[in-house]
Amino acid sequence: MVASGLRRFPAYLRDIQEEVEGYARGYGLDFFPILYEVLDYKTMNEVAAYGGFPTRYPHWRFGMDYEQLAKSHEWGLSKIYEMVINTNPAYAYLLEGNSTVDQKIVMAHVCGHVDFFKHNYFFSKTNRKMIDGMANHAAAIRRHMARMGQDVVEDFIDTCLSIENLIDPMSPFIVRKREARAAEGGDGGEDGDDVPRLRAKQYMDKFINPPEFLEAQKKKRDEEKRRARKRFPEEPQRDVLQFLIHHAPLDGWQRDVLEIVRNEAYYFVPQAMTKIMNEGWASYWHSKILTEKALTSAEIIDYADANSGVLATSPGRLNPYKLGVELFRSIEDRWNRGRFGKEWEECDSMDAKRDWDRRLGLGQRKLFEVRKLYNDVTFIDEFFTLEFCVEQKFYTFGFSERSGNWEIMSREFKKVKDTMLRQLTNRGQPFIFVEDGNFENRSELLLRHQHEGVDLDMAQARDTLRNLHKVWTRPVSLLTKIEGKGKLLRCDDATITEKSAEYV
Amino acid sequence: MSQKIDLDHGRFRQIIRGKIKQNLRKYISQGEMIARKGKDKVSLPIPQVDIPHFKHGGKQQGGVGQGQGQVGDSLGQGEDGDQPGQGQAGDRPGEHLLEIEVSLQELAEILGEELELPRIQPKGTEKIIAWKDKYTGIRSTGPESLRHFRRTFRQALRRQISMGTYDPAHPVIVPIRDDKRYRSWRSEPLPQSNAVIIYMMDVSGSMGDEQKEIVRIESFWLDTWLRSQYHGIESRYIIHDAMAKEVDRDTFFKTRESGGTMISSAYKLCAKMIEDEYAPDQWNIYPFHFSDGDNWSVDDTVTCVELMKTKILPAVNLFAYGQVESPYGSGQFIKDLREHFDEDERVVTSEIKGKDAIMDSIKDFLGKGK
Repeated sequence: MVASGLRRFPAYLRDIQEEVEGYARGYGLDFFPILYEVLDYKTMNEVAAYGGFPTRYPHWRFGMDYEQLAKSHEWGLSKIYEMVINTNPAYAYLLEGNSTVDQKIVMAHVCGHVDFFKHNYFFSKTNRKMIDGMANHAAAIRRHMARMGQDVVEDFIDTCLSIENLIDPMSPFIVRKREARAAEGGDGGEDGDDVPRLRAKQYMDKFINPPEFLEAQKKKRDEEKRRARKRFPEEPQRDVLQFLIHHAPLDGWQRDVLEIVRNEAYYFVPQAMTKIMNEGWASYWHSKILTEKALTSAEIIDYADANSGVLATSPGRLNPYKLGVELFRSIEDRWNRGRFGKEWEECDSMDAKRDWDRRLGLGQRKLFEVRKLYNDVTFIDEFFTLEFCVEQKFYTFGFSERSGNWEIMSREFKKVKDTMLRQLTNRGQPFIFVEDGNFENRSELLLRHQHEGVDLDMAQARDTLRNLHKVWTRPVSLLTKIEGKGKLLRCDDATITEKSAEYV
Repeated sequence: MSQKIDLDHGRFRQIIRGKIKQNLRKYISQGEMIARKGKDKVSLPIPQVDIPHFKHGGKQQGGVGQGQGQVGDSLGQGEDGDQPGQGQAGDRPGEHLLEIEVSLQELAEILGEELELPRIQPKGTEKIIAWKDKYTGIRSTGPESLRHFRRTFRQALRRQISMGTYDPAHPVIVPIRDDKRYRSWRSEPLPQSNAVIIYMMDVSGSMGDEQKEIVRIESFWLDTWLRSQYHGIESRYIIHDAMAKEVDRDTFFKTRESGGTMISSAYKLCAKMIEDEYAPDQWNIYPFHFSDGDNWSVDDTVTCVELMKTKILPAVNLFAYGQVESPYGSGQFIKDLREHFDEDERVVTSEIKGKDAIMDSIKDFLGKGK
């Protein structure tokens, strides 16, 4: 598959794999078959630049990512230990030359990831044959490039990638009835000559449905239709890409490219939504499997060294591995000792709380339930408690204009949790909706930024608006709020105008 | 071993190259890349490469961290992308910068393409300085020290199989005289042309910091281009006011004297340097002289012209004089030079009005392909 840099999977690693997977199954993990490939660091960087896939469509951005990965590898700043992709069978990559202990950790970690891919609800709609999917995308794009020219297609991919985050992560789970109706209305609504008539025998028709009556009926109907059409889309639509695919005046190949970009964005979205949980779950299991079963006493020190590197925190950076694993452990502990429910919540005595232990032993069961049903936002929202926050020494930080430094702002529980949730909501991306596809009745596009307390980066917003204009071809406007005041950005050809506007 | 990523990476470098070309004038006039110069690479801030997205602005945001510390403790400087957590992107409007490393060789190529600089024709026929031996193949005779062990045994094995004397159960291979194979080599001439750049600068009182900065930037680019054209290149530095002396590179750009100006002193030293160390038939010689054009006396200018005619010009590929505009200088010298050497192909003069003119001046100097 990865032809260059591929090493044969050595027997000793196969033995480790069997051993580790045996332990993992013993604990109740259930994963797709895992295929390991041992890669040298160059190929590892290549595959990492391609997001874990051996084949992607040609695009310079992968080259840029590769350069950065290769540089930081050269300088010893980072090293990719493991990579695993959400497919069935799952493909995972091992770095050639890593020590046996490292490979053991990685394999146990990967078991955790693949179990998570298989069972977490938010992954349930992903394409498990995405290796083929990506290769098909690559073939399609190469075909378009051969026909249209590389520069043209690449430029358009740039444009599409610029708006790839404007999707609705929840849409795969929503069954939409309305969509079918909209499509129907769009196609079938045009032949509007069939004016409703009153029932009448054919020879009486002239009298029961006279021309004046038909005229009035027709008018009424047009009026209704116009009113229905006034709002287009009927409700603000969060999947901007979908809207563009359906309604922008695109050539066939352009629509295809946009669909590919959208498809891949949806494939990767569950991973962004469950980063903390996914890494926490995998780390929980690698440490459990290794410390309880897989390690020999000679390997303990090396394991501890590697593991502390994975879970290390640094100022001003949230380590998802650390946060995730600690939160899972806290859940296990709480459900083992019965520290949940009404009684626990309403208990005011600190003494009673300190010694609270109902010996329920529900920890493991709860863990498996959590990994199935939650994503990062709900995970933090439900299990990030005051006790946990204090114990794990969380703080918020911000930029201080006064000192020109990033500073610790607060250790208050509410602030910490709010900040964390805000950063996780919608993967930390702004909410952008299609508000009106026929803005000012001039088939202009109006987008609306749902302001959640943080302004947009205006420089980037302007450039992104230009890209949207390339797709929509008619002027595109964005309604947002800057420093508390409503603003309307309008992109017409290459020029961007800004004026204050009412933002409700 | 070629990888798939090489295509995408090549594409990325191509885009970078285009961006550098577009912004070359800015890079040149700002001189910022000189500060970022490593041994043979420079790191450049490239605008507008990354793909823009709708995203949140930086400073309102902050984030969550974990660990020790009091409220109000600093987490590090806010400058230069060193901040913790998210990027601080809204900082400089209209630009998303990416730091990219470019080799000096590549930079010279870009400069050459953008300014349409001709490749330099080294003067005279290329002198052959060295021979280099290269192993190119295999032959059946040669000294034992060059015997190719593997090829010899392969040959022996082949012979034994074809003669039917090879027994797989008892694999003994004995090479005979005819089996022996030796490495053969070819001596290749290694044409080499040497070049020396002699920088001269007026450091008298009338040359201010800004004028020196211009010289520094310009000399960086001249250096870069000439280095891409010759294998071995030397740089020498001469400063002068009323007296001239040779200095190292650092001193050259930092010294500030207050005396008057006798340009002939520098030319004398330059001529002596060429005479003593750089035989014109073996060296490509490039004197570059920068001044504000204010010479002490008319007599001295006459001496200068005389020196150039008799000593310097016959030896050099190109004599370049760059006149930096200064509020104090009269700017007379360039006129004198033009008067005497207008016809002479070997002399190039250029007036550098400010940092923006550096690019044009580089073209003046190097545009002749000498």
